[in-house]
Amino acid sequence: MSNGSTYLATTEYRTVGEVAGPLLFVSKVKGASYNEMVEIHSADGSTKYGQVIELSGELAVVQVFGPTAGLDVDKTNVRFQGEVAKMPCSANLLGRVLNGLGQPIDGGPEVFPEEEREISGSPINPWSREEPRDFIQTGVSAIDGLNTLVRGQKLPIFSGAGLPGNELAAQIVKNAKIVGGEEFAIVFAAMGITRREASFFQDSFARSGALERVVFFLNLADDPTVERLQTPRCALTVAEFLAFEHDMQVLVILTDMTNYCEALREISTAREEVPGRRGYPGYMYTDLASIYERAGRIKGKPGSVTQVPILAMPDDDITHPIPDLTGYITEGQIVLSRTLHRRGIFPCIDVLPCLSRLMNLGIGEGRTRGDHRGVADQLYAYYAEGVDLRRLVAIVGEEALTDIDRMALKFADAFEQNYLDQKEENRELDQTLELGWKLISMMPKDSIKRIKMEYVDKNYNPEMAEEFAAAES
Amino acid sequence: MIEGTIAKVSGPVVNAEGMAGAKMYDITKVGDLGLIGEVVRLDGDVAIVQVYEDTSGLKVGERVECTEEPLLIELGPGLLSSIYDGIQRRLVDIAEEHGDFMVRGVTTLALPRDRTWTFEPMVEEGDEVGEGDIVGEVQETAHIAHRIMVPPGMSGKVAQVKEGDFTVDDTVVVLEGGGEIKLHQTWPARVPRPVKNKENPTVPFITGTRILDTFFPIAQGGYSIIPGGFGTGKTVTETTLAKWADADIVIYIGCGERGNEITEVLAEFPSLIDPKTGVPLMQRTILVANTSNMPVAAREASIYTGITLAEYYRDMGYNVALMADSTSRWGEALREVSGRLEEMPGEEGYPAYLATRLADFYERCGRAVCLGSDERMGSITAIGAVSPPGGDFSEPMTQNSLRITGAFWALDTSLAYRRHFPAISWIKSYTLYLDQIQEWYLKNVDEEWRALRDKAMSLLQKEVELQEIVQLVGPDALPDFAKAVLETTRMLREDFLQQFAFSDTDAFCSLRKQYLMLKVILTYYDCLEEVLVQGVPLRQATEHPIKNEIARMKEIPSEQAEEKISDLVDRVQQELRSLSEW
Repeated sequence: MSNGSTYLATTEYRTVGEVAGPLLFVSKVKGASYNEMVEIHSADGSTKYGQVIELSGELAVVQVFGPTAGLDVDKTNVRFQGEVAKMPCSANLLGRVLNGLGQPIDGGPEVFPEEEREISGSPINPWSREEPRDFIQTGVSAIDGLNTLVRGQKLPIFSGAGLPGNELAAQIVKNAKIVGGEEFAIVFAAMGITRREASFFQDSFARSGALERVVFFLNLADDPTVERLQTPRCALTVAEFLAFEHDMQVLVILTDMTNYCEALREISTAREEVPGRRGYPGYMYTDLASIYERAGRIKGKPGSVTQVPILAMPDDDITHPIPDLTGYITEGQIVLSRTLHRRGIFPCIDVLPCLSRLMNLGIGEGRTRGDHRGVADQLYAYYAEGVDLRRLVAIVGEEALTDIDRMALKFADAFEQNYLDQKEENRELDQTLELGWKLISMMPKDSIKRIKMEYVDKNYNPEMAEEFAAAES
Repeated sequence: MIEGTIAKVSGPVVNAEGMAGAKMYDITKVGDLGLIGEVVRLDGDVAIVQVYEDTSGLKVGERVECTEEPLLIELGPGLLSSIYDGIQRRLVDIAEEHGDFMVRGVTTLALPRDRTWTFEPMVEEGDEVGEGDIVGEVQETAHIAHRIMVPPGMSGKVAQVKEGDFTVDDTVVVLEGGGEIKLHQTWPARVPRPVKNKENPTVPFITGTRILDTFFPIAQGGYSIIPGGFGTGKTVTETTLAKWADADIVIYIGCGERGNEITEVLAEFPSLIDPKTGVPLMQRTILVANTSNMPVAAREASIYTGITLAEYYRDMGYNVALMADSTSRWGEALREVSGRLEEMPGEEGYPAYLATRLADFYERCGRAVCLGSDERMGSITAIGAVSPPGGDFSEPMTQNSLRITGAFWALDTSLAYRRHFPAISWIKSYTLYLDQIQEWYLKNVDEEWRALRDKAMSLLQKEVELQEIVQLVGPDALPDFAKAVLETTRMLREDFLQQFAFSDTDAFCSLRKQYLMLKVILTYYDCLEEVLVQGVPLRQATEHPIKNEIARMKEIPSEQAEEKISDLVDRVQQELRSLSEW
């Protein structure tokens, strides 16, 4: 794309008939191919990029990446590149900063690609996929203990305006390790985030010494919207290359997917397509799937692509089309809560709506610990009950409750203050599980129904829960 | 061969000129890559083709070939334990020939051609055979005899019968007049395979999941939907059913879902042993996998590929279970293609014919008298997952499906949040098959079955009403009899309805064990009421340690249930009644 190696193969047209929003209608085109890349030279000498999104006879509809200001009907020169969008891939990209289209913007040396790959990627043959089942320790109890992340999974963080989704992602990047301790290569794609957010990540990576393991793709809030549609695809193309050609463990952070979807809606509207829910195009599910599904492992290859997309739920609404469709594609979700955030709990993970679908594959005897599943389920059951009771207490007062109900209330408080709230602490899994047992020991032994008796007999110890039970609620 | 050229490309929809003579739903090869597509509209000599593969790189003017045949499904031995994409291409072959990522324009044969099968004829020269008659058998897996049938539309006197080892392409029976019966036949995916007659289903489809078998059972040949928001456990329920359900053959359609889930099935099924036959579950399973990032038009076709495979095994007289996960993705594929065709949108952008298409699909299931003179019966039971946006059941896919299907297993987000699995709501769900299959239960499980079930349901219903009061006045203000109801329903929820799909002992629960477990809990309730009347304080009764034994009932293996749980029923009675003697 950038290095113009295909210059000779291109064909030029000055036959722009119409410019509408981000779309350019070029007529009398011969031999253009669907989804092919286009270089556009405007009368003022600037260069833009675009892509063919519809062909009809001799008419080609081109979607321009970037503002169409300055383009005119007369002088605009359109060059068809003869090939679809490609990303130059190389292990040397680690430590580099690229723009949303994958071109270096850090002033560093030129990147000589080992291979150029189509950014749209191809689906992994379901037969060739390897089952993801290696535990990734993130150091966050609410994730490791209750919603375990495994290698090859896609687990998004559902954040909201003003919630620390980025901070959580940065902490995961800092501490994530697999059994054996191998470090992750990080591919980071920023879509429409602010300069401040971008520097937060850069600083955080620099502090943890991860910077030379990171490929940064930056499409900032003031960069062209349409470019955003390419950014995650370029990033994932590099991620797949590093994982399956260089055998690396790759962790991909995509932030913020909400901005990506907004861009998708903008283009869809410009194309006058039939809108689906809330104006988002009907194919948004398919489109998002073509991004999220590019996570996984392949039989016989040691590398893996693990995705942690971040999205801001508009108005904290989990049923909004963006989190909704995402949740239907990804293998679970980590949901942040404003209430917990206000109480100063970090990470403010609302565990009840959280889920990791691949958790069962990654935990248990021989992977983490035999009691992992049971402890997680029991903590969930008690906490859910405690949270329910809070609502009841607000109406009828604590006096009207039974003893066990009062214990559950206390449990919920202790759980939030000791298990969820951990600030910057990096917890080992054993610490997380012990903490779980400590909390469970607050409750009567015969109310434990989710854990096998052998584990209960071994770990249940009301004495160690005394500090929690004594604390004022 | 009809050959035209590309005039327009828009996403998966391509207009081809010069296609006079092409018919609706003919398969076409589009462009120099030969991408596979299907004619979905004709306008003069322009054929509008939905392409099953990514259309990037297509140029105006490239050639389009029409094969003049619809999407044909190959049916014959070798289907079982295969994994196909939405248009019946063998994913194993594609991986072996083209690597780990999907490539475009590939065709594969659905059935392996290098493998031979031992054909055992069941007719002799001179026999009259008609359509659907079985002419012989091939042992496809250890437990499935693949019956070779006279294809629909063919009949006559047998002129020649062969015996021995053959490939699927070989002819095994020749009829007078030249009709040849091979080991395989083909059938257009979008056309239902004919049967003699559809019958009313009367035998239950046993799943081993308590809430389904005891509260909302369906019949063999019935159809049910499981709608639920993300994370409520649609896929876990579908795979649990695929594992343990009482069926000879299982067709699992992964329609627009996650790649890693298919991998889970592929990794797990070969190692799981079918409790009935003792062979790996994979040997009774066919997977149709068109994951969410595979082409959208092939996703639309995957449902038809799956049901055609199901019909073929039904025609042999087997009971087939068809799992479609998720029908919503199929609906969305329909919507997407319809949008590209610029059709007038109906509700929420879905095409107006959504309901018709859904009905056509579900009506291909059912219990039927198959073609053939032996009057054999076969059935297809369909379980369709529905993924309503935002978990809101008022959307068109859920509502249209509800009008057709006979059971509704509603997944509830709030249950899932508190890790109550299966998160099937006992308040919203319903089944219409109860009366049809009641006889069977009364005869084979227990005469008391229906009475117990209805009583448990009414208690659960009562709980909802009581909970509303509790929300206003707190639990302490309730009278003891009401508290006894809450105590019992808590037990029902935790110790009966909750079932852990990944447990060794509890994933499959026999009907008899289900009945006994229910009996224990309801006996407990009866005894509570009894002793309350006699003035025993509720607290004393509910603190009795026998409760813990009830809570651990699930862990008793099904084989020992009869003895151990019956004993528990007696002891609950004795122990609680002894309280009033003090």
